[in-house]
Amino acid sequence: MTEPKKLLVVIPAYNEEPNIGRVLDETRAAQPHALILVVDDGSADRTAEVARRAGARVMSHPFNLGYGAAVQTGFKYADRAGFDRVVILDGDGQHDPNDIDRLLEGSEGVDVVRGSRFLGGAPYRIPLLRRAGMKVFGTAASILTGQRVTDVTSGFQALNAVAVRFLAQNYPTDYPDADTVILMKRAGLTSREVPVQMRERLSGTAMVSWAKSFYYVFKMCLSILVTLLREKPRLDRA
Amino acid sequence: MNPRIRVMALSLSVVLLIVIIDLVRKRRLREEYSWLWLLTGIVVFVLATWQSLVIRLTELIGAKIVVSTLFFSGLMFLTAISLHFSTKVSQLSDQVKELAQRTALLTDELDRIRGSGGGEPEAS
Repeated sequence: MTEPKKLLVVIPAYNEEPNIGRVLDETRAAQPHALILVVDDGSADRTAEVARRAGARVMSHPFNLGYGAAVQTGFKYADRAGFDRVVILDGDGQHDPNDIDRLLEGSEGVDVVRGSRFLGGAPYRIPLLRRAGMKVFGTAASILTGQRVTDVTSGFQALNAVAVRFLAQNYPTDYPDADTVILMKRAGLTSREVPVQMRERLSGTAMVSWAKSFYYVFKMCLSILVTLLREKPRLDRA
Repeated sequence: MNPRIRVMALSLSVVLLIVIIDLVRKRRLREEYSWLWLLTGIVVFVLATWQSLVIRLTELIGAKIVVSTLFFSGLMFLTAISLHFSTKVSQLSDQVKELAQRTALLTDELDRIRGSGGGEPEAS
């Protein structure tokens, strides 16, 4: 079984007071030997307090920095503390902690494993526009990395120490998306997808307007272009 | 618009676009700030090439000569960019102040843990 220093579960959370308790209980039950770190991204509510009471280690950002920075803080900690593997799990309850074992099993021989909600059965309902965007950029990522990418925005990932060290220093984007997938490929990290189940958010809603969609598409294209134009990032496999 | 100024505007906007992309490439300019500059470059480029659009815009804004529209647009975009940067700087100032204050508080806590704090009220 995994020893204490081997697996770190990083749970980025922003104003997830209603959800975080349940997420932590499920994670603890699924992975009793892992260290659970909640990165509170400047929540205005009592996310940090609830998380601490549920037994997690909590690091709080002094102000909101964004999902990418919260995850990166987790990576920086994991790198310093010398963890072998890191699993990222969303604090809103969308990822099922019981799938962590599946991620870990799939991580043999690769640096990064991504949980794909589209590899298994039918996922939960996703708004058509968002689904279309994921399809388009997923295809772009598949073409540009030469690998089949089915769930391009999945934040449910397991990473080894090499990948963690790299991302602790180079995590430019806000949410994992096609540009991060391409970045990791260009850095020489190997990856694989495994099927997982994802659920709707336990509470709260995510709204997408037309203007925001247009802005997202423009930003993604720019980001992918920039990732391709930049020098290949160096990887330390020591 | 006389052809010489069109060539000037065209070449300068192309140079601007190349410079921006290179700065982003070298990580000296964050993507999030680059797109406003890219938009400016594109707009100047478009105005320098699309004559009919410029003429219609000139009538719209009430300018006397067509080249004014080019200058006016450039100026408006630069104003927008400056304003955007001012808001970003304001936000950064707030964040830096927060970090500095936290550092002061953390250092004090560290001193107390190490036993080199002070200023404790006398036990009554």
